[in-house]
Amino acid sequence: MQDSVQIEARHLCKTFPMGQQQVVALEQVNLSFREGEFAGLVGPSGSGKTTFLNIAGLLDVPTGGNITVMGQPSDGASHKAAAALRNRHIGFIFQTFNLLPVYTVFENVEFPLLLQGMPKSQRKDAVWQALEWVGILDKAKARPSQLSGGQSQRVAIARAMVKRPAIVLADEPTANLDAKNSHNVLQTMVKLNEELKTSFIFSTHDEKVIQYLKRKISLEDGRVVEDSEAEARKHEAELQ
Amino acid sequence: MILIPQLAVRNILGAGLRTWLNVIVLSLAFVAIILSVGFNRGLLQQASTAMIDAELGGGQYWQGEYDPYDPFTLQDAHAEIPEALANLISSGKATAILAAPGTLYPDGRILPVTLRGIDPHQTILEIPSRFLDATAETPQALIGARMAKSGNLGIGDYVTVRWRDRHGTYDARDIVITQIMNTTVPTVDTRQVWLPLRTLQEMTNMPDQATLVVLDKNQTQAPEVAGWSFMNLDFLLKDLHDLVKTRLIARSVLYVILLFLAMIAIFDTQILAIFRRRKEIGTLIAMGMTRSKVIQLFTLEGMLHGVLAAGLGAIYGTPLLAYFAKNGFEIPQSGAGFGLAIGRTLYPYYSTTMVVGTTALVMLVVTVVSFIPTRRIAKLNPTDALRGKIT
Repeated sequence: MQDSVQIEARHLCKTFPMGQQQVVALEQVNLSFREGEFAGLVGPSGSGKTTFLNIAGLLDVPTGGNITVMGQPSDGASHKAAAALRNRHIGFIFQTFNLLPVYTVFENVEFPLLLQGMPKSQRKDAVWQALEWVGILDKAKARPSQLSGGQSQRVAIARAMVKRPAIVLADEPTANLDAKNSHNVLQTMVKLNEELKTSFIFSTHDEKVIQYLKRKISLEDGRVVEDSEAEARKHEAELQ
Repeated sequence: MILIPQLAVRNILGAGLRTWLNVIVLSLAFVAIILSVGFNRGLLQQASTAMIDAELGGGQYWQGEYDPYDPFTLQDAHAEIPEALANLISSGKATAILAAPGTLYPDGRILPVTLRGIDPHQTILEIPSRFLDATAETPQALIGARMAKSGNLGIGDYVTVRWRDRHGTYDARDIVITQIMNTTVPTVDTRQVWLPLRTLQEMTNMPDQATLVVLDKNQTQAPEVAGWSFMNLDFLLKDLHDLVKTRLIARSVLYVILLFLAMIAIFDTQILAIFRRRKEIGTLIAMGMTRSKVIQLFTLEGMLHGVLAAGLGAIYGTPLLAYFAKNGFEIPQSGAGFGLAIGRTLYPYYSTTMVVGTTALVMLVVTVVSFIPTRRIAKLNPTDALRGKIT
């Protein structure tokens, strides 16, 4: 199962217009992620981490190269197809949690399943299960405004995990959390990765996150400068 | 398909006070628009009814020469009542009126008037003609309150009247005011002096003659009569309708302003919602909602404001509108001042078509102004939306 490629980027480029100039966010990025990875894109601000996650989540399109997500090439995907792919296979966790403010915790977690059209009874079971994974069952009826940062991020994790996606893309998930909450949240994600074999791909420059990563990919100025897995493979090859 | 309505309901109910403030403002616009239209309808209805009751009846036969817009025709606008009309009069289905130009001399002043002869026993028009006695030695006269005021006349006053008979000979004599009537219809009051028909016929030397014959309101048959023209209510009320139409144009400015306020309330809400909820929009797209569904959701949310406003408006608006329909509005100046027979109290009139039509129009406007800002979402880059940026 470890060999099943979920995301494959080849010569990926992304530039943004800024006034009269073009800013390079990604340049010739070649990366692939397999099922069950717990990987992180690491680098300073502006290194292209979030841009890569956005493209991998089909929220943005590359200006060069190509990326295939769950067997779906991004360049051929319509808005509708991309939305369907996100809904079925990709969960997102954001730095600012992005919970829907007028919904309760339960309703927030339920939302992706509503979009899938899952029947109510199954939906209910799935939501309770997701809330149990992240240990926040007692807050089911609370509104996001009544939660702490750590609790909010747990709800965001539950919302991302409730549909049992193949991949979870987490953009700076601990940036707004204190050390204790960061560790709790990360431990929850490690547990889900191990139990459900869901791939987690982070963008981060937080040392607390980095120490949990099984694979660390360093980016600088839009280029991959280090990939621990590639290093390991190289080392393995040298040993053989 | 049920998802979007379900989410829209959740969203607007979840928004709490923000939703209800909007709904209250919109419902006020709903009620105010219906009330405003109701007043215009009431104005027309009230004036029409009063004119039918006091002047027009179910339609009028005009003697061939009669032209109410040309006072010079009045001298010659009279003829013997034809048999067909005489039969209607004798069977109580019509009443004859003879009109002649005259001059009144109250307190030494000269007041041009129209002398109108009416059968004291008639019941076709709501004019208190029973106060007239054709057998009295001094001709008895009935005048309206406006006429009494302009002539400084009261019950029991004698006043000299001068007129020309059918041969053009001037004659004059005193008449006595036996009753002053209160009517909302200025055309039977201002500069009008009502005398017993037979008395006026004798004074003008026009026995058995009339200028017009008014049909009973319930009289549906109007036979052709040679030398006389039948004027139906559509024709007779045309001036009133035209006048009200002119007023409606002026009032429609208020209508448009109210509608505009409702539009602004929703438009403003939707624009604010988009700015405030841009991250939410990005999140919805990230979770797999298509852009078209996001547009549907926001448009429906706006429309639901209209639905809730209609419901709220119905709750407090129904008793309020019913109260005004029953008790009317006191208007500071007599309606006659505007040339309309509406009296001092104006009663609004609402029809189901008007209420449903207004509601549908407001809902349509609300939906359109919800859709317009929402369209912008379709162009929104999800990554910008997630960063809370509008491009």
